[in-house]
Amino acid sequence: MTTWFRRGGFSTLLFLLPLIVIFGVFSWFPIVRAAVMSVQQTNLVTAPRFVGLDNFQTVFEDPLLWTAVQNTALFALIALVLGYPVPLVLAVIMSEVRRFRGVFTAIAYLPVVVPPVVAVLMWKVFYDARPEGVFNTMLGWVGLGPYQWLQSAGTAMPSLVIEATWAAAGGTVIIYLAALIAVPHELYEAAEVDGAGLWRKVWNVTMPQLRGVLLVTLILQIISTSQVFLEPFLFTGGGPANSTLTVLLLIYDYAFASSLGGDYGAATALSLMLAAFLAVMSAVYFWLTRTWSTS
Amino acid sequence: MSTPTRTRPQPAPDGTAAAGSAPAPTRSRTGRRRDRPAEPVFRGIVSSSEWRSPSVRIGLGLTQALLLVGLVVVALGPLLWLVKASITPTQDTLRDPMALFPSGVDWANLSTAWSSVHIDLHFANSMIVASGAWLVQIVVATTGGYALSILKPRYGPVLYWLVLSTLFVPAVVLLVPLYLTVLSPPLIGQSLINTFWAVWLPAGANAFNVLLAKRFFDNLPGEIFEAARIDGAGPFRVFWSVLLPMSRPILGVISVFAFVAAWKDFLWPLLVLPDPDMQPLSVRLPTLANSIELDILLAALMISALIPVVLFLIFQRTFLRTAGLGGAIKG
Repeated sequence: MTTWFRRGGFSTLLFLLPLIVIFGVFSWFPIVRAAVMSVQQTNLVTAPRFVGLDNFQTVFEDPLLWTAVQNTALFALIALVLGYPVPLVLAVIMSEVRRFRGVFTAIAYLPVVVPPVVAVLMWKVFYDARPEGVFNTMLGWVGLGPYQWLQSAGTAMPSLVIEATWAAAGGTVIIYLAALIAVPHELYEAAEVDGAGLWRKVWNVTMPQLRGVLLVTLILQIISTSQVFLEPFLFTGGGPANSTLTVLLLIYDYAFASSLGGDYGAATALSLMLAAFLAVMSAVYFWLTRTWSTS
Repeated sequence: MSTPTRTRPQPAPDGTAAAGSAPAPTRSRTGRRRDRPAEPVFRGIVSSSEWRSPSVRIGLGLTQALLLVGLVVVALGPLLWLVKASITPTQDTLRDPMALFPSGVDWANLSTAWSSVHIDLHFANSMIVASGAWLVQIVVATTGGYALSILKPRYGPVLYWLVLSTLFVPAVVLLVPLYLTVLSPPLIGQSLINTFWAVWLPAGANAFNVLLAKRFFDNLPGEIFEAARIDGAGPFRVFWSVLLPMSRPILGVISVFAFVAAWKDFLWPLLVLPDPDMQPLSVRLPTLANSIELDILLAALMISALIPVVLFLIFQRTFLRTAGLGGAIKG
């Protein structure tokens, strides 16, 4: 004990104290508590009571669960179709800009810097469904619309995705740009010696070199869009007719929507189910693509 | 995944190049072709011989010009519109949102939003929230990273693994249990709800920061710490006078991360700061949106976007390096 002290064991512990206390109280303990709470009935008045898998059953019997799952999957899917190829194309073109590339990257990244709440409230004005709304006015110039945007069950979800893509695409562009700059130029030179033109180089050198990054950004995007909350919460509150109710919105509703105190058990049960689903999906994804990745 | 930016003279993603690792520039020089010494080190997909061909040059130039126009319209356009609408009377914005000041500029919107709607108060709250969260994150990341990387206790690897494992838990799992923890925290015996501590302290539990700090410290030359120790500096002295002054680059990255994340955060402060007078901008704005006039709201939105945008324009390099880093590390 005294040698431990003399060799600086105590001062080391002192340095680790903030980390241990903060992570212990605000990360490790709540993670364990989530697992415990999912099999308990918790309210703020009486002591928690063990209820087995009742919480999971409550969630599974909720007809809104399947609506939420479908909506979340739809959001993730449209976000993938819109948001996955666009940053890649942008980054490839931008990587060839020889002068003022900083201007391109700065403008592309600007929407990411805008606080998400500000972006959503601003886009809510753009989505004004009157013919005098911002988007309806602009589409009116080319003879389209007016559209209902957030007001109709059919267009609400795509409207959410468009804003979310606008807000996030710049970040992905920067990630791709970093990867593009890292492609060894010897590879391009070798391809040129073999007589490859521009397109051949893009397809047969650039894309294979980006494969690792592309694989990772794909799964990261799916993981983050599966947890979409802010857009449905602020744009539509889950409406119209639950057409934008997502899994996270449902979790929030279980726990915090009722002023009488929420169903904390059901909320943690559903969040654990979502986490487990994402973990399994990621594992399967990386197992399936293990031979595609370059590293 | 291979680390990006290895062969280029750009700063390494974790800021190690900026910390004075001398061999970095020489490495990129070896890639230069000897037969054409005049050619710059950087090249991308397009070779210089292709660049000399007019069709490639015009085609590429046109594509890039189109891209720039597209970016200005799509990425910058909405923000420019916001600036315009923030000083336009409500009726003009409602009647013809794309017209440029049909009945003049209304500067009063900005001052009304600032003082009457108390954007000033929520702005200050945002500052307090972000600064405190920043401080807690810096303290946890630097002290923890120092102990794990330099002091290396025997239980260090286990602790580090425990920290990193939290990266794999989605934030939503923590939401409810963390809320209940803040509602009745251990040992304190008093709810943290409606105190800024409820936002500051949980922000510190950020494994990404610890990872960044530890990796950076790992790459610092160990002889310096050895020399400081031989000269009689204790662990605290080494931390304060040797490590921290050498860590400017990584402190910058963590600071940008921390400040911006806290400024943007919505759901957590919404839950733990129900008192409107304590709420930061992000939390207060949606409620205000339902009760105030449109032009005042747009002015408030403009003011709220201003600080992060200005910070970005000033610290562009750190922001973009941090953004690229996010992808590199997550990979």
